[in-house]
Amino acid sequence: MRRLPGYAFLTIAAIVSVFPLYYMVVSATNTSADVLNSRMLPGNNLWQNWADLTGAQNVASAMYYSMVNAVATTVLSLIVCSIAGYGFEVYHSRGKDRVMSVLLLAMMIPFAATMIPLFQMFAQFGLVNSTVAVILPAIATPFLVLLFRQSARSFPHEIIDAARMDGLSELAIFWRIFLPTMKSTYAAAAVITFMTAWNNFLWPKVILVSNTYQTMPMLLSNLRAGYVTNYGSLMLGVLIASVPTMVLFLVLQRSFAEGITGAIK
Amino acid sequence: MSLTLARPKQTGSGRDRRIRLEQGRNLTGWLFLIPAALLIGWMSFWPMFQAFVLSLQTGRGTRLNWAQPLWYNYQRLFSDDIFKLTLENTLIYLVVQVPIMLILALILANLLNDRNLRFKGLWRTAIFLPCAVSLVSYSLVFRTMFATDGLINDMLLGLHLVDSPVNWLGETATARAVIIIGLLWRWTGYNMVFYLAALQNLDYSTIEAAKIDGAGSFRTFWHVTVPQLKPMILLTAIMSTNGTIQLFDESWNLTQGGPAYTSMSMSHYLFELSFQKNPNFGYAAALSYAILIIVALLAAIQMKVGDKRD
Repeated sequence: MRRLPGYAFLTIAAIVSVFPLYYMVVSATNTSADVLNSRMLPGNNLWQNWADLTGAQNVASAMYYSMVNAVATTVLSLIVCSIAGYGFEVYHSRGKDRVMSVLLLAMMIPFAATMIPLFQMFAQFGLVNSTVAVILPAIATPFLVLLFRQSARSFPHEIIDAARMDGLSELAIFWRIFLPTMKSTYAAAAVITFMTAWNNFLWPKVILVSNTYQTMPMLLSNLRAGYVTNYGSLMLGVLIASVPTMVLFLVLQRSFAEGITGAIK
Repeated sequence: MSLTLARPKQTGSGRDRRIRLEQGRNLTGWLFLIPAALLIGWMSFWPMFQAFVLSLQTGRGTRLNWAQPLWYNYQRLFSDDIFKLTLENTLIYLVVQVPIMLILALILANLLNDRNLRFKGLWRTAIFLPCAVSLVSYSLVFRTMFATDGLINDMLLGLHLVDSPVNWLGETATARAVIIIGLLWRWTGYNMVFYLAALQNLDYSTIEAAKIDGAGSFRTFWHVTVPQLKPMILLTAIMSTNGTIQLFDESWNLTQGGPAYTSMSMSHYLFELSFQKNPNFGYAAALSYAILIIVALLAAIQMKVGDKRD
C-alpha cells in the first residue's frame, strides 16, 4: 500500500510517454479527417495513406540515404572513438591527458558555431550533396571518446600484460581482446550514435541542397510544408521513420543500460 | 675492470630495451588517438575559429570584406529585435524546461531503483521509448495533436475544460508551452536512464543506513541520494542546457517559429540568416558566436555551482 503513489506516478508517466506513439500508429491507418476527429482506433486507410505518401515523396530513396548515413557514421564513429578512448586510458601519459582535456572542450562547442564554415569548407571541396559531407563531422565526438575511456578504465591491465607476453601486437590486443569484452559499451555507443545520425536534421538540411539526396527527417519536414497536410500519410511517414531506431533500441536495450552503467562507474 | 664494465653494460642494454618498449607503446597510444583528435580539431575547433574570423566580416554571398568597425556585426546584434526575441524564447525554454525535466527524471529514476518494484523493465522501456523517435517525427506528432481541430482540443472540449478550441500554435504563450511540453516528453526518459545508471553504482548501504536511522523516503532521497548523484546531475544539466540552447528541429517543425517569431529559437534564426532570404554569413557567424558564448557561460556557471561543497 505504501508504494501506491509510486506505482500511480509511474503509470501516469508510462501512459504519457507511450500515448503519443500509440496516436502516431493508429493515425497512420486513418484518413486525415479521422485523425482530426481524434479517432483512437485503427482504421482501414493504411494503403491509401501509403499511396499518398509515396506519391508525394520518394520514401524508398530517403530511407536508403538515411540508412547509409546512419550506418556509415555509426561504424566509423565506433572504430575511431573506441580506439582513441582505449589509447587515452591504456597508454596513459601526461601529454595525452592534456590532449583529452582540450578535446573535451569541443563538447561545449555548439554545432551552430561551426555550421557556416563547415558548409563553406565542403562547398570548396565540391562535396555539397555528398554522403562524405554528411558523415565526416559526426564521426569523432568527444562524448564517445570519453565513454570509451571511462569503460577502458575497468578493463584489467593484467590481461593486456598477459597478451603482450604471448606476443600479441598492441593493435591485436585492442581488436581481439578489448573489443569483444566491451560489447555492452559498444552497444550503448552504437545506439546513441545511430539514433543521433538517423535523426540528424539541421546539418543534412544545410549540406544536402538537392532534394534527391534528402533523408527521412528532411522528407517528413517537407511533407508538413505542403498547402494541405494529409495527416494520415504524415503519421505513416513518421511511423516508418521511427521503426529503425525503435527496433535498434528494443534489441540493444539491455546492453545499452549495462554500457552506460559500466561507463560511469 | 672488464668485469665491472661488463655488468652495467648488460643492465644498461636491458633498460634501453625496456625504455624503447615504453616509448614504442607511448607512440602506439598516440597513433590510436590521432584519428579522433585530428577529426575533432578539423571538424570543430578549426571551423569555430573560422566562424570568429567570419563574424568580423560583412557582405553578401561570397564577397566579404572586413567590417568597419571590426565588431560591427556584434553591435548590430544588440539592436536586432528578432535576435533579442529568439534569445528570450530560448532562455524561457531553458529556465522552465530543464529544471522540471531533471527533477522528474530524478524522481522516476529513484522510483525505478527500488529493489522491490515490479515490472521494472516495462516501466523503463515505456518511459525511455520517446527517445527512439526523431525530433522531427515527434514535432510533427505534437503538431498534429495540438492542431486547432486536433486531439488535445477535442479532449479538453469533451471534458468541458475549455469552451472553445484553443489555438495552441497560434498564440505566443501556448506555442511556447507546446514546445516545452514536447521537450519534456522527448527527453525526460533519456536523463532518467543516466540517473538510473548512476544510482546502480551508488553505495546502497548509505540509503539503508538512513532508513534505519528513521529518515523518511523523501528525506533519504534528498539528503543521501541526491548529493551522491551530484556529478551526474551536473553532467545532465550541462548536456540539457547545451541541447536547449541549440534547439532547432522543434522550432522549425512544431511551431515554425510562429506566431511572429515568438517561439523561434536562436538556431532557427541562425538558419534563416544563413541560408534563407538574403544570406549574410558574417552577421550569422556573429549570432553563432553569441550562442557559443552563452553555452560557455552557462556551463562555467553550472560547473562553479556544481563544484561547491555544502
